[in-house]
Amino acid sequence: MLVTFSDVLTDGANSAALAFRAAVEALGLDGVSETSTSLTSTFVTYDPLLLARDALRARLQELTEDRVWSAAPLPTNRVLWTIPAVFGGEEAGPQLEEAARLAGVSPDVAVAELCAKPLRVMTLGFAPGQPYLGSLPKNWDIPRQSDLTKRVPIGAITVAIRQIVLFSTSTPTGWRQVGKCGFHAFRPNAPEPFALKPGDEIRFRSVSDQDFANLQAGDQSGDGGAIREGLG
Amino acid sequence: MTTSLLIHRAGPAMTVQDLGRPGHMGQGLSMGGAADRTAFIEGVALLGQSLSCAAIEMAAFGGEFSTTADIRIALTGAPMKATLDGEPLVWTASHLVKAGQRLSIGPARTGVYGYLHVGGGIHTTPFLGSRATHLTAGIGGVLASNQTLPIGPDSHRGDVGKTLTPEGRFEGGSVRVLPSVQTDNFPGVVRTRFEMTGFKRTPRGNRQGIELVFDGRPFATGEQLTILSEPMVAGDIQMTGEGIPFVLLPECQTTGGYPRIGTVLPCDLPIVAQATAGSALSFRFVDHATALQTHKSPAQILAQLTTSTRPLVRDPRAIRDLLAYQLVGGVVNALEGDRIE
Repeated sequence: MLVTFSDVLTDGANSAALAFRAAVEALGLDGVSETSTSLTSTFVTYDPLLLARDALRARLQELTEDRVWSAAPLPTNRVLWTIPAVFGGEEAGPQLEEAARLAGVSPDVAVAELCAKPLRVMTLGFAPGQPYLGSLPKNWDIPRQSDLTKRVPIGAITVAIRQIVLFSTSTPTGWRQVGKCGFHAFRPNAPEPFALKPGDEIRFRSVSDQDFANLQAGDQSGDGGAIREGLG
Repeated sequence: MTTSLLIHRAGPAMTVQDLGRPGHMGQGLSMGGAADRTAFIEGVALLGQSLSCAAIEMAAFGGEFSTTADIRIALTGAPMKATLDGEPLVWTASHLVKAGQRLSIGPARTGVYGYLHVGGGIHTTPFLGSRATHLTAGIGGVLASNQTLPIGPDSHRGDVGKTLTPEGRFEGGSVRVLPSVQTDNFPGVVRTRFEMTGFKRTPRGNRQGIELVFDGRPFATGEQLTILSEPMVAGDIQMTGEGIPFVLLPECQTTGGYPRIGTVLPCDLPIVAQATAGSALSFRFVDHATALQTHKSPAQILAQLTTSTRPLVRDPRAIRDLLAYQLVGGVVNALEGDRIE
């Protein structure tokens, strides 16, 4: 069952989805097997043999009216990651110029805008641990491409619809790749395989090819030279 | 000492599978697990073991195997030609494989995914509570020739020679669909046309999903490239930017930005997974009450399949060398096909 707070992405709708998910978890309903969030929705997976659809709908409806969800605080124990990245160039960011043109700015201004402020992990999705980061300024409300890029690498920084997706696996995509970093959002061999959680923040720092190579050399952690700070 | 399964030759997309890894959608990890869950549970029923016992999934092609100790096996899913030291083995049945015997499994005669189950299960190290390989997430990998897999302790040693009749699902067919969150984004005429259209599976597809082709206009909603990504699950029928349907399978992404016209009922999803390239598929909407009547938990399906297992009856006409068998009392008329075991 899907509870959607908005058809367009806003920080408030995203906060609402995160807080509502936590509240559904806290209800501890028998028959709810799993909860998750997308950008502006909470998704409740349930077993219809244990929990009737109408009963679940009534409980969720009641919960939506319980408080002003868009004003709910973000989760606690959030983390800010500052991640060094290379933007542009044939290998790291082959579509930077195209994306900048769609956003109505020069490639240099585009990079400055993408690195200007910390972006919130709006949701993890598509692939394991993979963050959707937002929101970018309005001029970044650019569509996905209609053709797919055959394959982007792990760590690809891609843009569309006022968001950045930092790829955690190497897959085909409709998002335009503008940069690359060494941060692994999914670490199958680590004690904690998922490096991020919704509500965390990421700020990209544009570095030269040489600095990037130095930062990656010998990195075993999967952080790719990123710096971690608590947000409380 | 641990019993091992030796893979002498592996088909191109062989993986370890169980019923998957639920509970991590919020972290972007889809459940994964056997592409044909029914076939997986059939194997569990034939061996009388736990649903947590992992098996080998074979995509269209089998392989050659042997073991370091006597083991029980069950073969389920897409029927493949199987022999043990050259003697044919019945599909959808359990058998004894002695140490050193050569189990040879050929390409699928029909359908896509065949399963080799072993008594005690494939005993690889679980990740987040499951042994299922998740190729798109990079969890585990494709099995290779000359690889060795550990087999878990078997609590029912010697209990073999069972069979059951699988529900036909290996040549496409009609599939039931439940309306979902975005179904109403498609106008009524488009939904009707969707139900009237005969689709064919293309060769493009894997454990993530399969592509369908059809004659006629694309099934577009008009706002495909800018809608927000929403949660998605196996069975969802997603329309790409070109308005071409993909049916998602267990390794699908957890969120997607393309609209979905509906969700295939879990009990019908094996029909989609087992459809070979060129197989015909059609879809019809059912309401929630109808869908609910079909819905069963894996434990319920297992209980039902367990009661429908029966002793494997060997047809003597199918036995190449009758003299190799001890015919009880010598009174069996081989030509009439009496039961001999």
